[in-house]
Amino acid sequence: MAPRRGGLTGMQRRRRRAAWLFLVPMLVTLAAVAGWPLLRTVYFAFTDATLFDLDYYQFIGLLNFRFIATDPDWWRAVWNTLFFAIVSVTIETVLGLVIALTLNARIRGRGPLRAAMLIPWAIPTVVSAQMWGWMLHDQYGVINEVLLRLGVISTPWAWVADPALALWSVVAVDVWKTTPFMALLILAALQLVPRSVYEAAKIDGLSPVGIFFRMTLPLIRPGLMVAVLFRALDALRVFDLMYVLTGNSPSTASMSVYARQQLVDFQDVGFGSAASTFLVLIVAAAAALIIIAGRIRFDTAGS
Amino acid sequence: MIGRIALYLLVGVIVVYTVFPFYWAVVSSLKSGQALFGTELLPRDPQWSNYTDLFTQQPFGRNILNSVFVAGSVVAVSLVLASGAAYSLGRVEFRGRRPLLMAILGVSMFPQVAVLSGMFELITWLGLYNNLLGLTLSYLIFTLPFTVWVLTTFMRELPKELEEAAMVDGATPFVTITRVFLPLMGPALVTTGLLAFIAAWNEFLFALTFTLTNEMRTVPVAIALISGSSAFELPWGRIMAASVIVTVPLIVLVLLFQRRIVSGLTAGAVKG
Repeated sequence: MAPRRGGLTGMQRRRRRAAWLFLVPMLVTLAAVAGWPLLRTVYFAFTDATLFDLDYYQFIGLLNFRFIATDPDWWRAVWNTLFFAIVSVTIETVLGLVIALTLNARIRGRGPLRAAMLIPWAIPTVVSAQMWGWMLHDQYGVINEVLLRLGVISTPWAWVADPALALWSVVAVDVWKTTPFMALLILAALQLVPRSVYEAAKIDGLSPVGIFFRMTLPLIRPGLMVAVLFRALDALRVFDLMYVLTGNSPSTASMSVYARQQLVDFQDVGFGSAASTFLVLIVAAAAALIIIAGRIRFDTAGS
Repeated sequence: MIGRIALYLLVGVIVVYTVFPFYWAVVSSLKSGQALFGTELLPRDPQWSNYTDLFTQQPFGRNILNSVFVAGSVVAVSLVLASGAAYSLGRVEFRGRRPLLMAILGVSMFPQVAVLSGMFELITWLGLYNNLLGLTLSYLIFTLPFTVWVLTTFMRELPKELEEAAMVDGATPFVTITRVFLPLMGPALVTTGLLAFIAAWNEFLFALTFTLTNEMRTVPVAIALISGSSAFELPWGRIMAASVIVTVPLIVLVLLFQRRIVSGLTAGAVKG
């Protein structure tokens, strides 16, 4: 039925009204649990509120932000988080690619292998941190035991306690936990590439390496970049892993750990909120950077 | 030939790498006392004392129930709200739909700590501090965007003819959703619900910050905070036992639904 006078039919209008009716409850809930608390946090950043008496506070303008900018622990946390994010995402993407290419080759037992790979992802981060914390224990950990027996090291290493090693240990646990997940995402992207592409390339005489870099990689780039984006943003927000593995230790504290420590342990709501706001800005900037550099497009969404 | 062998070797390494920590946790949980500090691959004298201690020395059973309640309730609420929203966002053209989808995606990128002070204020104002419902409320911040996003992707793919046929029969949009679309989306709802359940089950920051007493804690917090009789000695055997208890059902769920899970995750990230 053609619309009258270029407007909408009654049917379409009714659908549109219903659409809003179904949308509103979700939007209201989201605004209440996400929008409002975020605005409140930014608001608190400009006050000197404390946790034990949230009702009584004064505006202190940009004072909190100035304190943060001069706090070496904060910048250490920024460095820790950026290091963690860049190193772990790079390793996970490269290793994930290798594993995905392995799985894409026709081998038997692909099903059980994929199942085994979902295990690290399914385990709660807290549990992974505890399991690895136990394996990396300097006195009773199995890793030190094996390395000592193999003669790779001469005395037990303090993987988690030593400030020089701790951040690498955190990266290692995250790599263990997330690489299989990245591999599965990349595998899904790889499986969208039709076999005919590979056959045509082989006829043209391209080597396997050439096939990979000239044909496969460009084809899976969109999906790959989305996976990298989500992974990177997750990494910048990291909290559980560092808190459970190394506590509030400044040598590994991420920005989230720092912010929460200010908020809950030191009861300084104003300062902690300012740190949180700072973190949001950094995450937003990183997201914009990755989207632009990775030429990620959201055309398909919502169309 | 060598290529094949190398390939299978690589596969073997991958499997050992992914499974060994869990295996070691199981083995460690069955050792007690001095045996814990040795490194045999198989416990010489398996003991269940770590497991029994978990339930007698601390309210771990209660912690498990807490997690089930919180994760279950937040998934139920999310699916209800998200189904309706997915219909609107996936099938109806209206102005501002794309920015709205982007905004919802944006919410899922919030650092959780960024809403901590505001959320704390909200929860105490509602009187829900140290209350499981406070956790349910706060978890919506990540389950809602996720379920909306994935369900919208699935809703979009349902054929238009179904909707047109229903409308010709005189069905209102509400009836169309509940009687026509939702039954078809059964698998999608299960997958999305499962993924959201796992995310809620594993959540740590809010659970740590918004609960106070042992009885109100969820499983991840309980596992992180297991402490021993002295300040310097962590009961690693018990920690491993708790880890195993929590992980086994998750692994079983994941193995049963692995195909669905992978398709659900990739629907959100890779395809759309």
